Amino acid sequence: MNGADVMVKCLEAEGVKDVFGYPGVAIAPFYNSILESDINSILVRTEQSSAHAASGYARAYNNDRPGVCAVTSGPGATNLITGIATAFADSIPMICITGQVKTDLLGSDVFQEADITGACESFVKYSYLVKDVEDLPRVFKEAFHVASTGRKGPVLIDVPIDVQQATVRNFKYPDKVEMRTYKPTVKGNGAQMAKVIRELEKAKKPLICAGGGVLLSKGKYELLSFAEKNHIPVVTTMMGISVVPTEHELCFGMVGNNGKAYANKAMSEADLIMVVGARVADRAVNQPELITKGKVMIHIDVDPAEIGKIAGPSIPLVGDAQAIFAELDTKEFESDYSEWLKTLNEYKVTYARKRHPNPEYVDPAGFINLLSHKMQKDAIYIADVGQNQIWSCDNVCIREGKFMTTGGMGTMGYSIPAAIGAKKRRPERQVVAVCGDGSFQMSMCELATAKQHNIPTKIVVLTNGYLGMVREYQHFTYQDKYSVVDLSGNPDLEKLSSAYDIPFVRVSKMDEAEAAIDQFLANDESYIMEAIIDPMDLVK
Amino acid sequence: MKRIYSVLVENRSGVLMKVAGLFSRRCFNIDSLTVGETDDPNVSCMTIVSSGDERTIEQVEKQLNKKLDIIKVKTFEEKNSINREMMLVKVKYNRNNRRDIMENCEIMGASIVDMSNTNMIIQVCDTPERTVQFLKMLKGISILEVARTGTLALQKCSEND
Repeated sequence: MNGADVMVKCLEAEGVKDVFGYPGVAIAPFYNSILESDINSILVRTEQSSAHAASGYARAYNNDRPGVCAVTSGPGATNLITGIATAFADSIPMICITGQVKTDLLGSDVFQEADITGACESFVKYSYLVKDVEDLPRVFKEAFHVASTGRKGPVLIDVPIDVQQATVRNFKYPDKVEMRTYKPTVKGNGAQMAKVIRELEKAKKPLICAGGGVLLSKGKYELLSFAEKNHIPVVTTMMGISVVPTEHELCFGMVGNNGKAYANKAMSEADLIMVVGARVADRAVNQPELITKGKVMIHIDVDPAEIGKIAGPSIPLVGDAQAIFAELDTKEFESDYSEWLKTLNEYKVTYARKRHPNPEYVDPAGFINLLSHKMQKDAIYIADVGQNQIWSCDNVCIREGKFMTTGGMGTMGYSIPAAIGAKKRRPERQVVAVCGDGSFQMSMCELATAKQHNIPTKIVVLTNGYLGMVREYQHFTYQDKYSVVDLSGNPDLEKLSSAYDIPFVRVSKMDEAEAAIDQFLANDESYIMEAIIDPMDLVK
Repeated sequence: MKRIYSVLVENRSGVLMKVAGLFSRRCFNIDSLTVGETDDPNVSCMTIVSSGDERTIEQVEKQLNKKLDIIKVKTFEEKNSINREMMLVKVKYNRNNRRDIMENCEIMGASIVDMSNTNMIIQVCDTPERTVQFLKMLKGISILEVARTGTLALQKCSEND
């Protein structure tokens, strides 16, 4: 047995079924050993996609297990970087395995050497450069533990080729992790929770602002049960969409620059805000003092460093959202927030966004709304980045399904590989990626991955011939002086689909939308649907 | 506000880079940083002097605590700690100023640890302020080289230790 066999056995011991990746000489021993196991390897078409696919794979099943990707050294590893940084920004559990040059050549700038642990230091949860084959089982055990507990995130394991080739006498996977420096807090502090209840009793206008951390902790049912029992309205950040069903009576939409006006109104008028599993970053809350001034702010997060980073809370509460809401749900207190809910429901009407769609084109807002209503109840909707993402956030209807996007890093090209990963993990679910013509082209090489591995991948492309989000920015900031946003040169998607042998439908007007969507969703097969939208349409 | 972080870390390669990288990436300034093994060869102690407002200090401490190679972080103000810095100064001397230099050394408790016909090395181990003071006292003498360790610090003894 050699080091590579040990690596594969470690993955088996962790219950890994699929690995996304791209081989090269430095990772060749690993890809040789994986043939002897039941683990399925999926060849992506560029390394970055392997990380996004692993991310979609993990997120499709509540992030309970990390997604795994494995690539070669040097350019393979550096191509992976954007995917790692994306997962880090959204706290997605992931194991990234990279091959490395021989141990005795480390640091000598030989062929395909890159200091990947050094390069990734500021956006991995932890990283290992394994120099001794005997360390592999401990490293893998620790890596899976670290990636999937506390504030989740990507862990990088860099393995030199000679370590993969080194002979090992026997393999024993450790039963438990012993790390003196890593003990994340799960349970909330009792005294702090009692304070939360006392403040809720006093409050007249409480609001829960749920972030992606709620989904990462699998706490959405606990949070909703607590909100329903006490009639507390809920807004979400972009990463928190799907914590509460869109059409739930307590759901008041997404906050932030690109959010619902009535959600932001609720944030500014509330007298108590429970921020849960959210970073309070600039796009969600662009004036942090507004959510603390004159109100009680309760910040719940599993990562103590998030609390007070941007806004100083009145009550910090460190712990896992699921554990905390399960505990809070057992507390009884007197409250009557009916006036507040009445006001918010009025705002929902008076502050609704008024769009004036151009009848010559497909209206992206109406189209996304229709699409999401026609999707299965528990479907997975993956939005890419750009105007398509904002229209998705604003108009998608999530019932029992999931909504995924890269809110933290905003990485274009995420949706297609993530959809491939998600569908691989949840073949029984309907998975739809929605992207723009810009983001589609960043990952269109992955159509071959979907085809080769028979992973039904449904893709919606909103075509406007522009990098729309930047064009919109230039429209407002530089008075329509457009610079490098014109996408002339786009491929004909019909021909492209046919080249990949994928069925295709194009929608040019709103009245064609319903039939096309029905056709698009009818079977569990790959499909590309292109919607032609007004190039000058704005999300604002 | 000056703050001293006494950080116990796993004695492994790359840890210094991780800690220094954390400071630079988050735009926290490092005034000085010293590292050395503790009584346990698996553990090193880093003493980092940094300045910033209350919120920055809290963030630094929390971010340090997140790092998996960091075992323990203690922070304290200068007044609650014993601070020492060591400095070696190589100076050029002549017959006229030799006496003055030696007198200055005597006043500051510094010692001359090496000497040639023209140069000498003076060793000072004192608080950071007095170390700077000593450099000022050598003004007018030709200083060839200076090497300083940066601050080493331990929290003052208390009942709760």
